[in-house]
Amino acid sequence: MSEENIITGYCTIRHNQVIVNGNITYFQENFINFADFIKSAFKKEEISYSKFFKMDALSKLGFLSTEFLLREKGLSGYSEERTGVVLCNSSSSLDTDMGYFETIRNRNEYYPSPSVFVYTLPNIMIGEICIRNRIKGENSFFVQEHFDTEFLSRYVNELFENNRIDACITGWAELLKDRYESLVLLVERADLAEKSENFRSFGKFGKNTLDNLYKNLTQ
Amino acid sequence: MQPVYITGDNIISSLGFTSQENFQNMVNGTIGIVPVSDDSLAPITLPLSRVDTARLNSRFTEMVPILKKGFESVPFTRLEKMMIISIADAMKQSGISAGNRRVLPVISTTKGNINLLEEKFRLIFPHKRLFLWELARVIQALFGFENTPVIISNACISGVLAIMHGARAIRNGQYDHVVVCGGDILSEFVISGFLSFQSLSSTPCRPYDILRNGLSLGEAAGTVILSSSKPDKAPAFITVGGGSVTNDANHISGPSRTGEELALAIKTSIKESGLEPSDISFISAHGTATPFNDEMESKAISMSGLSETPVNSFKGYWGHTLGAAGVIETVASAHMLKTGMLIRSAGFETPGVPEHINVISATVAANLTNCVKTASGFGGCNAAINLNRE
Repeated sequence: MSEENIITGYCTIRHNQVIVNGNITYFQENFINFADFIKSAFKKEEISYSKFFKMDALSKLGFLSTEFLLREKGLSGYSEERTGVVLCNSSSSLDTDMGYFETIRNRNEYYPSPSVFVYTLPNIMIGEICIRNRIKGENSFFVQEHFDTEFLSRYVNELFENNRIDACITGWAELLKDRYESLVLLVERADLAEKSENFRSFGKFGKNTLDNLYKNLTQ
Repeated sequence: MQPVYITGDNIISSLGFTSQENFQNMVNGTIGIVPVSDDSLAPITLPLSRVDTARLNSRFTEMVPILKKGFESVPFTRLEKMMIISIADAMKQSGISAGNRRVLPVISTTKGNINLLEEKFRLIFPHKRLFLWELARVIQALFGFENTPVIISNACISGVLAIMHGARAIRNGQYDHVVVCGGDILSEFVISGFLSFQSLSSTPCRPYDILRNGLSLGEAAGTVILSSSKPDKAPAFITVGGGSVTNDANHISGPSRTGEELALAIKTSIKESGLEPSDISFISAHGTATPFNDEMESKAISMSGLSETPVNSFKGYWGHTLGAAGVIETVASAHMLKTGMLIRSAGFETPGVPEHINVISATVAANLTNCVKTASGFGGCNAAINLNRE
């Protein structure tokens, strides 16, 4: 068994751009807000998935990053129980929390809605990704002030080492108002990834590769 | 598998400020959920489980100068006070010090200081305090933890996940001790949301009962200290065994129709501990008392080959405490193992779930060796961990 876990794809969404495996896949030149941008990116992909429109902004960011990421090389070949999702961000679900709070701030205009309230948890984004991709394995959400690449790479690599998963969707999906950035990766066990025909490696999954990819994103 | 020992623990809830006080109250059959009329929390009277504010403030005032000089006049939020008192009590039992690179703090919360969105707090606390990492930083600074806390916010399984994460961080050799603290408070934010879901019970919640009609909300903080070496002078000690997390991949706010994903987490945790279902003395389940959750759990427990294993939910005593739930219910389970007491599932009288499960209907002494603690939550997540008595 190979000891290595490799990055077989990654997607970043930031500054009105979607970048998949290093290539700009979608770009909106004129400044538009996140809601309009993410909707236009979704429509461009011609994805038929009406649940998308019910999601909050953070879930849309994580969901669409995963859609673009898995567009070329899906998760086929991996069992649903042995695929994981581990994500982190800085603001948790605060963006939606503040929106929800406006609906209960004033007793005279009090209209709390369950369809908004449910998104006041950051791991709902993981739930949406799991539903769409039939993923049932290890899943967790961590909050960190800044993206802790050492923590995440160690945590996910350990899930592989302990033989809990064969593939993992992992990374960073941060959104607060119109400030947003995502770096979502597909990590696979190298010996299993190599069996697939259209396999590409973007390096061993670890702190250094993650730092480089994140540095490119934030430049 | 390398044992991970529980060397200290605490529960702050409506039933008391130490694990022992909480546990004794449950042995006595005391219920912490009472009708509350408080317009700052909800427009209607609701059964809630609250931490005594006067006691919280006096305990906190006594404690801060002992912990750190210079913090006497710094304002702390309700949740921070609960978490700080809880951590201090548990750390004292373990005798560990925070300023050590081999000690990792882990914080579990769903909503943190979410009440700071309210007008009345805006002048007292900076906006930044709404971020979970700022809450963690305040706690880190007060105790002088050398390591930055790991923060887990994964809905209602956060607490179980935090303990599982802590045990893994000890097993991989990275840390000698992990301080896991879970907490969430009652707020208008959370109560209004559950009201909008129409998932709150009009009476104290009744897990697994035919008459159950929803959950009761509560607030709590709890701490577990996990260590790589045995506690010094304990007559019996509790270890944390295997653990597993799964996702239903079915619905963001409703449980699995079949329960097979929770069953997978339960079975994986037992297998990882090197045990068989027949080795399990009891299950401390999630048991929120919503119709669908309890139904799903009965299917999962039955599917795991645990139909005859005694089951309880602690929610009938202190309600659903969200990010604290997994931690305080694990602590209570550890005390069940340690004292050999099967604690009754409060609120349960007549079976009301589709699959047969053996709900504990009376508190009795028993020989208990291994247990499973489960949790399930929004986002379709499920978690299970094992505890063992050595």
